Amino acid sequence: MIRHEKLKKVIALTFVYITLILMYVPIIILIIYSFTESRTIGNWTGFSVQLYINMFEDPEIMGALTNSVIIALASSLLATAIGTFSAVGIYHLRKAPKVYMDTVSQITMVNADIVTGIAFMLFFLIIKVIPDGFGTLIIAHTIICIPYVIMSVTPRLTQLNPNLYEAGLDLGSPPIKTMLTVILPQLIPGMIAGFALSFTLSLDDFVITKFINGDVDTISTYLYTKIKVKGVQPELRAMSTVILLAIMLILVFINVYNKIKKNKTTSR
Amino acid sequence: MNEQKHNNPNEQKSLHEKTDKIIEVVGVTKVFDDVTVVDDMNLSIKRGEFVTLLGPSGCGKTTLLRMIAGFETPTSGKIFIGSKDVTYIPPHKRGINTVFQKYALFPHLNVFGNIAYGLKNKRIFDKTITDKKGVEKDVYRKFSKKEIEEKVKRALKVVGLEGYEHRDVNSLSGGQQQRVAIARAIVCEPKVLLLDEPLGALDLKMRKEMQLELKAMHKNLGITFVYVTHDQEEALTMSDRVVVMNDGVIQQVGVPKKIYDEPSNAFVASFIGESNILSGTMIADYNVSFCGEKFRCLDKGFEKNEKVDLVIRPEDIEISEQGQLEGKVIDVVFKGTFYQMEIATEGYEFTVQSTVGRKAGETVRLAIAPNSIHIMKKLRTTNTFVTVLDSDTSIELCGGSFEIINDGSLVKGDRVKVTIPFDKIELTDDESDGIIGVNVAQTLYKGSYYQVQIYTDTDEDFYLDTDIDWDIDDRVGLKIKPEDIILQKLEEENEEADV
Repeated sequence: MIRHEKLKKVIALTFVYITLILMYVPIIILIIYSFTESRTIGNWTGFSVQLYINMFEDPEIMGALTNSVIIALASSLLATAIGTFSAVGIYHLRKAPKVYMDTVSQITMVNADIVTGIAFMLFFLIIKVIPDGFGTLIIAHTIICIPYVIMSVTPRLTQLNPNLYEAGLDLGSPPIKTMLTVILPQLIPGMIAGFALSFTLSLDDFVITKFINGDVDTISTYLYTKIKVKGVQPELRAMSTVILLAIMLILVFINVYNKIKKNKTTSR
Repeated sequence: MNEQKHNNPNEQKSLHEKTDKIIEVVGVTKVFDDVTVVDDMNLSIKRGEFVTLLGPSGCGKTTLLRMIAGFETPTSGKIFIGSKDVTYIPPHKRGINTVFQKYALFPHLNVFGNIAYGLKNKRIFDKTITDKKGVEKDVYRKFSKKEIEEKVKRALKVVGLEGYEHRDVNSLSGGQQQRVAIARAIVCEPKVLLLDEPLGALDLKMRKEMQLELKAMHKNLGITFVYVTHDQEEALTMSDRVVVMNDGVIQQVGVPKKIYDEPSNAFVASFIGESNILSGTMIADYNVSFCGEKFRCLDKGFEKNEKVDLVIRPEDIEISEQGQLEGKVIDVVFKGTFYQMEIATEGYEFTVQSTVGRKAGETVRLAIAPNSIHIMKKLRTTNTFVTVLDSDTSIELCGGSFEIINDGSLVKGDRVKVTIPFDKIELTDDESDGIIGVNVAQTLYKGSYYQVQIYTDTDEDFYLDTDIDWDIDDRVGLKIKPEDIILQKLEEENEEADV
């Protein structure tokens, strides 16, 4: 009986490790080979940071990186602002429209990127007001990020004391001031999580970006063009590693932040 | 009450102010999703009073308070605060403050920040200046930092939390949080303080302590308190005046003693304190009959043989040889300072409290003095509705179609007055066994039977007498036998038909 249990455990763990290996080995190989100069992976020519130096000296790569960061910052800030107010609005709707709005606001999250991408492309083509580039990218990224902000802010709202807003009014604050000084501070953790999530989403989006980027290259479109034209350049290994690290840092930040917040609330 | 007020330093001023009304609720009705929560309410509250709105949950007391605070707008009617119509004025402009049931403290601010929040919004009169055109103008200013600090300190002292300024509100106990919530409200020096079951979340000991403290605060601050609770003891202990509500309607308004001694109807009697509520008949002025015996009482002005409800408090029944009623002791419980006994007589099971205990099974006689019997008008003696025939052999009633016995004088579409006696209505366990589904609103034990009040989906009320104690809020079926529905054709309909 005990042996049986043990076997079960071993099999379960084996599966877990196989999955993890399949997921992470390619990434780890990429990281390892970003520290050598050889043109092809599998050929170790000694430790070097030359690829990183090349990368940071390459104006095209740095340009794409800057573009990505600007777009990600702008769109996630906008998404956080709009998403937070939408979440508050949806939360205070009456029951029937609330269920409806909840669903409608989440559709773009599950929608295939290719559909969203084509839709944006056609939309910007039709309205013809904004030329493809920063403008269209920021608008599109903001829109795809809003549901994620709503999703991170809504749980905070449901935990709020229902009388909190009324207490603000009761103490002489007009509605907008109450919103800003009483409700908003309670939502900050959700907003930060939503912002971080939006930032990573925007940073690594390719499908939607490709349809509407015009002549602005982000990291993802730059990589794609480069690989298509010149094959895999060794510098791309260094660049991928940097992006990976950046996104990992953000994820770690979200998790640690949530944990601290959680500990603080449970200790109350 | 007036004697108490003499401790107040503002006595000279408040003596004549006490007579004027600070809050007036005029014909206020509130309807939520077709359900009338507050029904044509009229109430006025005097300056400096401690008024309690008392009633079971769902009776509309909190809705009324929320309308006074401005969180809800009446469907119709008007609300005045200090003779100013505030019906449509938003809460932040009303100059009154609320203590919420679950405190609703601002979690991101410390104790000081919470209490100072309202002060920072306040503008006070500074000086009168004369502008270039020679028009005098009042100038208002904010409180200075120092003033705020002083006021917060004073408020904390009032609620007994000196030195707590820098505490995190989340680290405080329930009782302390409630004190901060009270301090936060009174620091703004409101004309009226509204309290929505403020002690509901506290344990019994804490609640008793806070009751006394709130009462003392009311006395010292001289602010009008409007207090909402479902705890009758709390209401009787604390208030100058109690407003007993049920089903969105005021049942009785009065000082606690009057509410207890002279409840205006069976609902108030059953809600306030323990009581024996019986049905009886007024034989003549000062004479009532119940349990097959005649008793002298102090009430008059009823019609001859009018059916009435009467209340006898358990402590007012005496076990004595000369008693008019014979009964058998069923149950005895020692309650510390007295014995509580259930004594069954012909037709009613009395609850009796006495310092002398009798054994279960003993036969005793009960004496009831005239001044112990309080007679009340029956809330309703029959169920009456006006409706139409939806076919030649049935009527439409509360969303259902009830069969009737038609002697041939009525046809489909006729308007009729329908009367159904209390004891002719049957409730069924299964909703589908009845003609319509109804909800049990309240039940009242009348000794030998239960008087049940139910409401239909169309928000109509039925009263009925039954042997079974139905659970409140239960969903049950209702049916009436065709022969028990008394019909009376309405004349106006004929006149219309003639035209």
